[in-house]
Amino acid sequence: MAFMLGLGAYRTSNGPVLNADLPLSMSEMSWQLTDHRKRAVRSADWIGRSTMVFFGFTWCPDVCPTTLSDISGWLEELGPDADRLNIALISVDPDRDTPDVLAEYVANFDPRIAGLTGTPSQIAQAAEDFRVSYRKVPRDGDDYTMDHTAGVFLFYPDGRFASIIDFHEDRRFAVPKIRRALS
Amino acid sequence: MKHLLLAATLSLTASAAFACETVTVGDLSVEHGWSKVTIGAGRPGVFYVSISNAGATDDALVGISTPAAGMPMLHETVLKDGVASMPHAMSIPVLAGQSVQLSPGGYHGMLMGLTAALKEGDSFPVTLSFEKAGEVTVNVEVLSVRAEGPDCADAEQ
Ligand SMILES: [Cu+2]
Repeated sequence: MAFMLGLGAYRTSNGPVLNADLPLSMSEMSWQLTDHRKRAVRSADWIGRSTMVFFGFTWCPDVCPTTLSDISGWLEELGPDADRLNIALISVDPDRDTPDVLAEYVANFDPRIAGLTGTPSQIAQAAEDFRVSYRKVPRDGDDYTMDHTAGVFLFYPDGRFASIIDFHEDRRFAVPKIRRALS
Repeated sequence: MKHLLLAATLSLTASAAFACETVTVGDLSVEHGWSKVTIGAGRPGVFYVSISNAGATDDALVGISTPAAGMPMLHETVLKDGVASMPHAMSIPVLAGQSVQLSPGGYHGMLMGLTAALKEGDSFPVTLSFEKAGEVTVNVEVLSVRAEGPDCADAEQ
């Protein structure tokens, strides 16, 4: 784990984004996005509180609603402590996920979960900062789906990266990880 | 016409117990067919179900069809290096004496080209095609977007 953290500590700004890389510290990130209430959000705005964030898209039928349901369950389990978190879904599908589309979507889950989107280059910047991969996969006609990194990222209040909750990780490990990021 | 057909199908849905029925074909039993609410008809829906094979011969689920969607397909959610993708599953093995689940984060039916948005409490039929056992139709219950499966008294999961 210490070795992998080391990997995340250096990079070349235009180099390929490797899956093994871990997210930057929030203070080293430079993304700016728009939330589902059409407000601008920058990486610096998330320093000072713990953060729980994942990448997805609202056309995603399986992984994304499952992750959002999991997160909603973890928040229930955390109780009032969950109020101390920044929580967001960052869309990897800016063509379809406008702020209005995200607003309609996140309304189905815990109200503390924000939806963030932006221009394709803003999304690319966020993905690079978090070391996230995503790719458009064409389907029949002009339909498409997105492959994307599926884990949930946790950050300490000072912006340092804390840990990842993997998609298939046992639910029993998730809440303790979040509590650690809250400390 | 297709709309009328679906409307008729969806309107006979008062009971919430559809997902708990078990239907059989040959040695296979199929139960707990469920789906999730969709926001509009533009997004794909999902189909989850449990299949068990009490026989001595391996079988495989090779396709699904439903009046609820123009292009239903079998998919498998796969994670590689933390990246999730959903390739088309040509065939889902249902091995002799074993059971297989189409469930969140794994195999699923992907319902593309929905005829209408799926609303909580709706139900619709899905026909499963097996390589050896042939076809069987189950009623699928639409649950909330946060559901993890149907609430059946006999549910073993
Ligand atoms: Cu799929």
